[in-house]
Amino acid sequence: MIPILNLFSRPRMLGTAAVAATLLCVGCATTAPPPPDTQPAPTSTRPLLPPTAATSPTPNPEPQRPTYRGPWEDPSNPLYQRTIYFDYDSAEIKPQYLDVIRTHSAYLGSTTSQRVTLEGNTDERGTREYNLALGDQRAESVRQLMLAEGVTQGQLTTLSYGEERPADPGHNDNAWRLNRRVVIQY
Amino acid sequence: MTDIDTRRNPSTRAQFRRPSLSTSMRVTVRRAVRLVAIFTLGTVSALMLPMAAQARLTIEVTGGVEAAQPIAIVPFGVSDGLIPKEDVAGVIAADLTRSGKFRPMPTRDMLAMPSTPAEVDLRDWSLLNMNNLVIGRVEQEGEGYRVSYVLYDVFRGNQIGSASLSTTAGGLRLTAHRIADQIYEKLTGAPGVAATRIAYITSNGRGDNQTVTLRVADADGYNPQTIVSSNDPLMSPAWSPDGRRLAYVSFENRRAAIYVQDLGSGRRDLVASFPGINGSPAFSPDGQRLAMTLSKDGNANIYALDLLSRELTQLTDHFAIDTEPAWSPDGSQIVFTSDRGGSPQIYRMAANGGAAERISAEGDYNARASYAPDGKSITMVSRVNGQFRIAVLDLQRGYTRVLSNGSLDESPSFAPNGSMVIYATIAGGRGVLAAAAVEGGGNQRLSQDAGEVREPAWSPMMK
Repeated sequence: MIPILNLFSRPRMLGTAAVAATLLCVGCATTAPPPPDTQPAPTSTRPLLPPTAATSPTPNPEPQRPTYRGPWEDPSNPLYQRTIYFDYDSAEIKPQYLDVIRTHSAYLGSTTSQRVTLEGNTDERGTREYNLALGDQRAESVRQLMLAEGVTQGQLTTLSYGEERPADPGHNDNAWRLNRRVVIQY
Repeated sequence: MTDIDTRRNPSTRAQFRRPSLSTSMRVTVRRAVRLVAIFTLGTVSALMLPMAAQARLTIEVTGGVEAAQPIAIVPFGVSDGLIPKEDVAGVIAADLTRSGKFRPMPTRDMLAMPSTPAEVDLRDWSLLNMNNLVIGRVEQEGEGYRVSYVLYDVFRGNQIGSASLSTTAGGLRLTAHRIADQIYEKLTGAPGVAATRIAYITSNGRGDNQTVTLRVADADGYNPQTIVSSNDPLMSPAWSPDGRRLAYVSFENRRAAIYVQDLGSGRRDLVASFPGINGSPAFSPDGQRLAMTLSKDGNANIYALDLLSRELTQLTDHFAIDTEPAWSPDGSQIVFTSDRGGSPQIYRMAANGGAAERISAEGDYNARASYAPDGKSITMVSRVNGQFRIAVLDLQRGYTRVLSNGSLDESPSFAPNGSMVIYATIAGGRGVLAAAAVEGGGNQRLSQDAGEVREPAWSPMMK
């Protein structure tokens, strides 16, 4: 079993990550250039939790964001990166997104009352119901990796939207690249 | 003058028979009749204006009319002072045009506007190269109307069909569709589909601001009715064989679920809401079971739910994606999409599950098959040179024909007489619907003023 990733005590697990990446990526197609993410995949080793959030029931310290619900909403926090992108017609997790999944797995492992929905999405090419199944496979890939990282089953729900909720409504390569994704929804 | 049989319509004959006129007088009468017809059309247009606000589908016939038969459908006569809510002849002409098999004569080209058999001189229509002529009348009958028509074979010089139909005022348009279907059947030998309906999904906006609506409209795009509306996606509408219920997938409350909704009462039942996918609903031909795709046990497989007992039977068990089930018309078999061979292809199995055989041969992507009403062919989405197109596979001869020429065409659905396939395509960057004739003939495009239209499902024949 892969040990539970804990960024607080073991911030770097490159060895395990590399092994997992190799295992997961057997048969991966040539990796497309990553989409222009709003935030780079986290490599930081600093603590994930802001000092007062999530561990304290005190009122929201930021008046600008009265609906602040957790550290994943803080752009400076590695949990802010909640999207994993996929190759066309593939549900294989690309190595550059392993750290994203591990970061969230670590947070969920340390915050066992927190639940997330893994929302699977596809681009518009191909039929809608086939894409619903493909989005489901993508969400399931992320779920399996999170379970392997020690997240408990009860914390994870998958929901495939197929091609029904595109991030970009365009009918071109760039839009398609942004739409083939799993979003970790807190 | 040809002998005309108006036995079904004696009152009409009595009321509208006129003495024969001299040539000059006939011209005057013709002009007067035409003026009346124009006035009537103008009134109908004005009455229709409120409809435009309801985002009606507008239909444009986009080709294939060259081989269509010429037919004249004369504006129907009305009794004095009566202003029917619909231009009956106009509705019939549009229905026959959309079939791709007929080319109705423009009203402005007509030299005479007979509305009773006594007024018909078939030589006029023969000179205009019309194969057929339709005349008719709309009479007040209680709160509603009585609509009668006569269909002629111009070259043989005889009457080949006639009927008189009673309707409520609100049913006049449907009555016109029924007459169009009677004419179509008389002249082609196959039932018409003008009096059928189409279910489809529309969407406006995006993300959390989107509105997705499942609508049902008449086959000509009129009378759009909202079945359900949501801020979350709706997809995969499927008709029950009696045309009274729709099954569909809804993501309301951020859960995937399959509902079956009664169109008459609006009542709906939640029939599937398992973890994972709840998709691809398809009624069995007897209406008692619903095939569907579930991934509750980890991967997408096909199941059948008995709608009465709610007993669920698993039909496929494979680690690949199995989805998009569709029943054969006799209910004995199910076709579905599977990528078990490495790419999505069409497979066929017995309706109670078991071994599946691949039936799509060509190409690296074939999906979402459904049977033609006669069970002899299937329509499906095929990737051809990287473009997603609508194809028809002849199951007996193994021959595949591509019907569309878009790049992202999907969701094909046979008309219930098998003559056309309606599907979703993209035009001008926007989702619209299109219909293509299976054996050559007319093509149509169906679009809305605003928003996307997708996932058409053609109803069965309406009783």
